[in-house]
Amino acid sequence: MAIFDRKDKSRYATFTRRTLLMTGGVNVVFAVLAGRLYQLQILHGDEFMTRAEENRVSQRLVAPLRGRILDRFGVELASNRRNYRVLIVKEQAAEGVDAAIETIGKLIYLSDHQREKVKRDIANNKPFAPVPVAENLSWDEFARINLHLPYLPGIQPDVGETRAYPYGPELSHILGYVASVSPEDMKGDDDPLLDIPGFRIGKRGIEKEFEADIRGKAGASRVEVNAYGRVIRELGHDAGTPGSDVFLTIDQQVQQFAAQRLGNESAACAVLDVSNGDVISLVSSPGYDPNAFNVGISQAEWNALTTDDHKPLINKVITGEYPPGSTFKPVLATACMDNGLADLQVNCSGSMTLGNNVFHCWSWKKGGHGHVDLKRGIAVSCDIFFYEAAKRLGIDKIHDTAIAMGLGGKTGIELPGERPGLIPSREWKLKRFGVPWQQGETLNTGIGQGYVTATPIQLATLAARIASGNAVSPRITRYIGHNDQPRPQINRLPFSDSALAAVQQGMNMVANVPGGTAYAWRITQPGFEMAGKTGTAQVRRITREDRATGHVGNANQPWKLREHALFIAYAPVQLPRYALGIIMEHGATPDHPHVQMARDILLFAQQRDPVKLPNAYPVNAADRGTNKVRG
Amino acid sequence: MTTRSYAAARRTLSFGDKLLDVNWGLVLLITIIASAGFAMLYSVAGGSFHPWALPQMVRFIIGLILLIAIAMVDIRVWMSLAYPLYGAALLLLLATTIMGKVGGLGAQRWLELGPLQIQPSELMKISLVLALSRYLHGQPVEDISKPLKLLIPLAMIGVPAVLVLMQPNLGTAMILCADGASLLFLAGLSWWWILPTVGAGVAAVPIAWRFMHDYQRQRVLTFLNPSSDALGAGWNISQAEIAVGSGGLAGKGYMQGTQSRLNFLPEKETDFIWTVLGEEFGFVGCIAMLLLFAVVIAYGIRIAMASRSQFGRLLATGITLNFFFYIMINASMVMGLIPVVGIPMPLISYGGTAMLTVMVGFGLLMSVHVHRQVEIPRHSSGLM
Repeated sequence: MAIFDRKDKSRYATFTRRTLLMTGGVNVVFAVLAGRLYQLQILHGDEFMTRAEENRVSQRLVAPLRGRILDRFGVELASNRRNYRVLIVKEQAAEGVDAAIETIGKLIYLSDHQREKVKRDIANNKPFAPVPVAENLSWDEFARINLHLPYLPGIQPDVGETRAYPYGPELSHILGYVASVSPEDMKGDDDPLLDIPGFRIGKRGIEKEFEADIRGKAGASRVEVNAYGRVIRELGHDAGTPGSDVFLTIDQQVQQFAAQRLGNESAACAVLDVSNGDVISLVSSPGYDPNAFNVGISQAEWNALTTDDHKPLINKVITGEYPPGSTFKPVLATACMDNGLADLQVNCSGSMTLGNNVFHCWSWKKGGHGHVDLKRGIAVSCDIFFYEAAKRLGIDKIHDTAIAMGLGGKTGIELPGERPGLIPSREWKLKRFGVPWQQGETLNTGIGQGYVTATPIQLATLAARIASGNAVSPRITRYIGHNDQPRPQINRLPFSDSALAAVQQGMNMVANVPGGTAYAWRITQPGFEMAGKTGTAQVRRITREDRATGHVGNANQPWKLREHALFIAYAPVQLPRYALGIIMEHGATPDHPHVQMARDILLFAQQRDPVKLPNAYPVNAADRGTNKVRG
Repeated sequence: MTTRSYAAARRTLSFGDKLLDVNWGLVLLITIIASAGFAMLYSVAGGSFHPWALPQMVRFIIGLILLIAIAMVDIRVWMSLAYPLYGAALLLLLATTIMGKVGGLGAQRWLELGPLQIQPSELMKISLVLALSRYLHGQPVEDISKPLKLLIPLAMIGVPAVLVLMQPNLGTAMILCADGASLLFLAGLSWWWILPTVGAGVAAVPIAWRFMHDYQRQRVLTFLNPSSDALGAGWNISQAEIAVGSGGLAGKGYMQGTQSRLNFLPEKETDFIWTVLGEEFGFVGCIAMLLLFAVVIAYGIRIAMASRSQFGRLLATGITLNFFFYIMINASMVMGLIPVVGIPMPLISYGGTAMLTVMVGFGLLMSVHVHRQVEIPRHSSGLM
């Protein structure tokens, strides 16, 4: 046993001792590891579970489908269409946002304007929020992006919904438009939807007025995301509550016809149903393309819209306050009938004097209208008759009658920005100017000049009230979703039937009796005839010098200084159905284009009425059971 | 006389006898642990053998063959090869470090030898244990603590440790030092050396701090306060802790780990594989795995104790402790107990070099077991 020495035995003992010691150390380490596991998994397991879930699950708001806007027959005036778009997520764009935009720019066209907007939006949003780069792509463009997706980190193709206005400018002033949320919109509206990049809200018109109903309620998508924020799968989806559809009283066909008829004139026209005030058509021209605002309007386009002297962005029907001119005379006529002046007769020589002032009739050149009673006064629009009537009635009675006719206050139409117009009174004058009312001002008021202003919608209301004898007010919505829109109760006007009948006869004579101011442009089809009242509103005061030099004709004036042309009408004369108010800015010319427009629009509207359509085929006894009358 | 003839018989053990003598229980244990690793790799690949589970299985089988082959070789052959292997490993390490410096690359851990990619630092772990065991085998207890005699093993540990640190690979350098220190301790180094050294080591922490690389300091700082940089360097630690913690008692279920599947875990298939186990099998699964590891270590210690040569004892314990240090550092790291250092979990983490190193180590351990009756004189240098 030479190879085993004592020393080896002693070091074996040492080795054993130390190994046991070392094993103890190993056990301590294992105990520490087990303790750490216990601490992490048992003591704090729930807490870490929550954090793992927070890692994994991301809540994303889902924009609800915006409610549609439809006309009275269910034609879609504002709808949603598929919007192929490209989004960029900053934190996922591995080579930086600029490089990513550059790459996209090689696949689809991106304007400088778009590029700047994307960079701005990215700066304003959180790094993980998807920001739209391009929207409304064609299928080809969208497919191209999808094809190159593996080389486009941070780029997400997306199919969204976008607002579409299929009829473009013709409904622009009714519908308004939707556009991106501005910082001002965020104030006072804490709907989380507004934080979604690319979200659109109503900015004008019905879109704005009924924004709360149309928008709907936000949905949510619970998605599983990986460490890079990429969505792996959807865990739960709540589509939210879609916005309510808004049904308008508008008849798209009449609207389209009216818009085409007004063309590019600076004009405004409203057509009402006289029985209940339903707005059949409401056109302010020129219009603008609401789709442009949705996509994002360029500075140049915006400048063009705001600097146009025809003011395409203004809804003249409800915000344009014009002197009503002679269209105000039926108000005076009504007041006369119920205030003991039914038999007022005047001899018009072309002018009359009050104090030091000379008041002229528009017919002063021809030597006046001669003998004029109330109905003829309306028919030939004799100023002298209504000066006299105004002088005798006094401003108080004129004021009260005008108010009852729906003037001098907002009609309550469901569109934002309506203006009240003005019917002056003694109190108003004193409060406004601090001086008492003058009788000369009563005379000016009598022919719809001076302080009096009215909006085209008020003029249409005036026509509807005269035609129906009821205090109808214009309403443009029928239902919101499944709910009827509340309507004001319709009361009888506080005028006698004989008063209204006389005014109606006078307005009939305007259009249908030779010598009436609109006779040349009457509706000749039997059963469709209209009654009306013409008017012109001075934009500048006609001076004595003008009269002396004959410098009165509008043709000699620059466009801006020409008189406004107005017309109120209703049709048919028997059992009136539609009332109309129209104004053509600086449009007073001898051929009365605005009356021609009114005539065509009223005729078209009446012909839309199914009962008025002639049978397309002769109805004979053989097919009478099976074939219903067309329409 | 009986013992003598028995020992003599052992010298000429036939191949078949040796094969029967292999500790098949340990082999089975290793296979079970490695299989758990395959299952984890299958899971993190989203239920696929590609790209990790299948290559890992192939490597394990190669490793298993290597293990048996090494076990069949007489322990005295390994003893005689200890110094040459150590010298070769040192040269390769030197080459790697120099090439790293010359090549201008910051970190160089790999050496390209034709089609082979070897990591000399891994080779060094085994070689160091072999070489130190051989050196200490020749030293009586009372000589080990003599200053001049101590310089040699310290240099054997220190030179490769410094080279590895220069790569820089802090984790492996730490394991080399731990391996060396353990062997010196087991061989009977005097407490008069041990206690002052530990004291000096504690005092040296601030100095070590100055010599650390920025990324190493960052790791330490992040470790001390992970939430300070929750989206940057602290991300790994936070997410690993979330993964392990969210496993709870019984785990989320196999292939149900969200942290790993959704890429919240960094290097989930290599260094952080433990977190996948923790997430999917919870406390129960982790404790079970720790127990398996503990049994392997117990096997190793038992083999060491049963060896009749000091070389065998030191080699077996050194290999076993090397295995243990892997586990300790990896598990502590992924569970936020120590800073992040790049050390894989043995047998489980994906990676060829680590797997082969561990299997070669077990092969040597098995050789000690098979040749446990072989006595080697103190002055012997193996077969020569």
